Amino acid sequence: MTVFVIISLRDLFASIILMGVYGLFSASFFALMDAVDVALTEAAVGIAVSILLLLSTLSFTGRAEKKSRQKPFLALIIVFFTGALLVYGTFDLPPFGSATSPAHQHVASYYINESYGETGVANLVSSVLASYRGFDTLGELVVIFTAGVGVISLLSTSQKALKTNGTTNKLVAPMTTHHILRIVSKMLIPFIMLYALYVQFHSDFGPGGGFQAGAIFASALILYTLMFGLQATLAITSQSWLKFFAALGVLLFAGTGIISMLQQHNYLNYNVLASDPIQGQHLGILLVELGVGITVTAVLFQLFISFTGYMLNIRRPA
Amino acid sequence: MNVAESFNYWAVMILMMSGLYILIAQGNLVKKVIGLTIFQTSVFILYISMANITGASAPVISEASSQTNLLFSNPLPHVMILTAIVVGISTTALALSLIIRIKRAYDTIEEDEIHDMDAQ
Amino acid sequence: MMSNQLAILQVVIPLIAAPLCLLVRHAKLTWLFALTISALCSVIALLLLQQVTTHGPVVYALGDWQAPIGIEYRIDVLGAYLLTIVTSISTIILLASSSINKSELSKQKQPLFYVAYLLCLTGMLGIIVTGDVFNLFIFIEISALASYTLIAMGKDRRALTAAFSYLLVGTLGATFILIGIGLMYMLTGTLNMHDLSVRLVELSQSRTLFTAFSFFIVGVCLKLALFPLHWWLPNAYTYSPSVASAFLAATATKVAIYILLRFIFGVFGQEFSFSALPLQNILMTLGIVGILVASTMAIYQKNAKQILAYSSIAQIAYMILTLGFNSHNGLLATLIHIFNHALMKGALFLALAAVMYRIGSMEIKQFAGLGKQMPWTFAAIVIGGLSLVGIPLTVGFISKWYMIVASLENGWWPVALVIVFGSLLAAVYVWRIFETAYLQTAHEPNKQIKEAPLRLLIPVWLLTLANIYFGIDVRFTQNIAELATQSILGSAM
Repeated sequence: MTVFVIISLRDLFASIILMGVYGLFSASFFALMDAVDVALTEAAVGIAVSILLLLSTLSFTGRAEKKSRQKPFLALIIVFFTGALLVYGTFDLPPFGSATSPAHQHVASYYINESYGETGVANLVSSVLASYRGFDTLGELVVIFTAGVGVISLLSTSQKALKTNGTTNKLVAPMTTHHILRIVSKMLIPFIMLYALYVQFHSDFGPGGGFQAGAIFASALILYTLMFGLQATLAITSQSWLKFFAALGVLLFAGTGIISMLQQHNYLNYNVLASDPIQGQHLGILLVELGVGITVTAVLFQLFISFTGYMLNIRRPA
Repeated sequence: MNVAESFNYWAVMILMMSGLYILIAQGNLVKKVIGLTIFQTSVFILYISMANITGASAPVISEASSQTNLLFSNPLPHVMILTAIVVGISTTALALSLIIRIKRAYDTIEEDEIHDMDAQ
Repeated sequence: MMSNQLAILQVVIPLIAAPLCLLVRHAKLTWLFALTISALCSVIALLLLQQVTTHGPVVYALGDWQAPIGIEYRIDVLGAYLLTIVTSISTIILLASSSINKSELSKQKQPLFYVAYLLCLTGMLGIIVTGDVFNLFIFIEISALASYTLIAMGKDRRALTAAFSYLLVGTLGATFILIGIGLMYMLTGTLNMHDLSVRLVELSQSRTLFTAFSFFIVGVCLKLALFPLHWWLPNAYTYSPSVASAFLAATATKVAIYILLRFIFGVFGQEFSFSALPLQNILMTLGIVGILVASTMAIYQKNAKQILAYSSIAQIAYMILTLGFNSHNGLLATLIHIFNHALMKGALFLALAAVMYRIGSMEIKQFAGLGKQMPWTFAAIVIGGLSLVGIPLTVGFISKWYMIVASLENGWWPVALVIVFGSLLAAVYVWRIFETAYLQTAHEPNKQIKEAPLRLLIPVWLLTLANIYFGIDVRFTQNIAELATQSILGSAM
C-alpha cells in the first residue's frame, strides 16, 4: 500500500504527495462508510491543510532526507508489540457492520430517535456536534485557536516586514505569467467562497458545518494570495484583523453559552434562546457554527501567512 | 472469529504500525510528522469502520427516510472523529512551525545531527 | 444562581479570558489580566471545595442535556482538591511572572505567553472537572498544545527541540488514549465516566477491554513521565521560560496522575485494574526503578533546572509507587504527596527563576558564592531542598512519613528502605547546590549581584512558608486527602 512506499522513499516531496493520496483514500473510505461529514472534514481540513503546511515547510527545509544510520530494531519491536496488542483486542469486538453491537444501542439510538424532535435538525451529526455535545465542539475550537496562538508565537513577522518583502521577494509575487491559472482562479474564487457559505449554513440538512466551511473559505483566500501575491492580500487584511477574527469566533461560541446562563439555565442550553425551544436550538446551532467558521477561517489563513511571512523574512535578498 | 469480517481491523493495524514505525525510526523530523499523521488517520479509520452498520445510510433524516424507517449509521463516532481530525491538524501545524524554527536554529532537521549538536 | 454555575465557570472563565487576552496588546496589561483571572479561578476552586465537602459531589449537565446524552461535569473531593492545588499555584506563580518574563521574553512574545498560559490553565481545569471521557481527551489536547507553545518560548534553541520531542510523545500518548476511548465506547455505547464504570463491570473478561485499558494507561503514563517513558521531561522543563517550568512542574504531571487515579479506581474499577494486568507489580517496580535512576541522574547534572527536572521524575515515581500499593494508606500517601510536591517544586522553580533573573544562567558553577549575595533567595532554596529530602517540619517529611507507613503496613521493608535511600540521594543532589552557593567563593567577588527584588521574593516565600506551614499543621491536607481517598475507594465513582 501507499504507506510502505512512504516509508522507503527518501524524497520528502513525493512522500507528501503520497500522503495526500492516502488521505484521499481515507476520505473516500469514510464516504463509503456513510460517514459523510467526516469525509468532508477529512478532505477539506485534514488533507488540504496538512499538505499545504507540509509543502510550505518543505520549501524551507529541503526535499531530501538523509539515510538513517541506526538499525531500527527497537522501533520494530515496539511497533510489533503494539500491533499485536491491538489485534488481540479486536478478537472480542462485534463483527464488521453489525447493527446490534453495544455501540449502536444506548446513547446512539437515543440520538437517532429523539434528535429530530428535540432539535429540529435533520443532520444527526450536526445536532450531536453542535447541541448535545456542543461543549466538546467549543473545546475543539479552542484547540485550533491554541494552535493559531502557538504558530503566531513561533513564526511571527511584523506587518511592515511582510509589506516590504511582499513586493520584492519572488516567492510571493503575483503569478503574472501564468495566464491560465490566473483566469481560472479569478473565476473560481467567488464560487469557492459561495460554496463555503453554503457548507456553513447548510449543516442542518446535509453534511457541513463550521470547520469544513472555514477550511474552504480559507482555501479561497489562500488561492487568491498564491495567484495574486502577498501584497494584494495585505491590502484587504492584516495580521491584527486575523487575530481579532480568531478571537471573535471563540467568543461568539462561548458567549452563546453565557446567554443561556443569564437566562438562569445551564451553559449552552439553546432551548432558552428563543421563545420556542426548537427555534432556540436552530438559533443556537447557527450562532455557534458561525463562531466556528469565523475562527477556523481566520486561524487557517493566519497559519498560511505566518508560514510564508517567516520564510520570507529569512530569505531576504541581500 | 471470521477473518474476512475482521479484514478491516487488519488493514487498520498495518496502517497504524507503519505510521508508528515512521514516527519512531526515521530521523528526518518532517518524516516523523508524516508518520504521526498516518498513525492518527489510521485510528480514525478504525473508529469509522467499527461504527459502520451494513445496509445503513448516512445519519441524515429526510422525508424519504422517515417514512421507510431505514437504518441509520451511528452519528456519535462521526462527531468524535471530526473533532479528532481538527485536533490532528492543529498539532501538525504546531509541529511544522517548530520544525521551521529548528531548521533556522540548527540548519538541519535530521534527528541525529541535532542530537550531536546539542550534546556539545 | 451563581453557586450552581460554579462548576462550569471554573473552566469557562479562563476559556473566554484567553481570546480576550489575545486582543490586548500591552504586555503589562495582559499580565494583570491573566493574574486576575487566575485569582478568580482560585476563589471558585475554594468555593467548590467547600461545596463538595459539605454537600457531596457537584454534578452539572452542559446544555441541560442529562448524561449520558449530553456531557456532564462531575466534581468530587478528589477533583476539588486538585482544582485548589492547580489554581492556587497558578496564581502565586503569576504574581512573580511579570518581572521574570520581562527579562526572558521579547516584548511581542509576552502577551502571547499569557494567552498560552490561560489556555493551559483552561485545559487542566477542564480535565479535572469533566465526567465525560471524550471531553477529557479534548481538554488534554488543549493543555498539551498550550504547553508546547509555552515551552518553545524559551530563549535557548534547545527549547525548540524539547518542545518538539514533547509534542511527538504527547501526541502519541493522546492518540493511545483515543484508541482506549474508542474501544471503551465500542464495548458500552457510552462516553460518560460514571456510566462506563457501571457498564464495564460486566465485561471484565473481555479481551477488548484489556486492550482498551492497556492503551489508555500507557497513553497517560507517557504524559506522566513515568519511567521509562520519561525522557521528554528534563529538556522540556530545563529550557522553557522559568515561569512555564514552575507552572508545569507543579501542575501538569499532577493532573496526569489525577487521570490515572480516576480511571484505575473509578472507570475501570479497582478490581479489574489490578487483576487484568499485574498492575501492582508493574507500578511498584517502575516506581522503585524510577526513584533510584532519576535521583541518581539528578546528581550528575550541571544545570540547576535539570537537577530539579530529574528530581520531579523521581517524585512522580514515588507517587506511582504508593499508588501501586493498592491500599488505603498507599492512596492517601499519593494524594498527600501531590499537594506537597506541588508546593515544593513550585517554590524551588520560582526561586530558581529569581536567580535566573539576576545572573541569567542556570549552570551550577555560576552559583558560586551566591548564598551570601542573594541570602533570601537561597534561604528559600535551602528550605525547598530540605523539603525534597524530607526533613521534619517540612511538607516533604509528611509525605515520606505517609509513604513509609503505607509500605510498612504491608510488611514491605525493602520498599521502605528504597524510599529512605531515595531521600539520601536527594540530599546529595541538593547538597551540590548548597555547597556551591554557600561554601565556594564567588568568581568575581567585585561584581555586585543584588538580592532578588521584593516582588519576586514575596511569591517565592509564600510558597516556601507554605512548605513549612503545611509541614507542621497537617490538618487541611490530611482531612481532604482522607476524604478523597474514601470517595475513590468507597463507591464505583
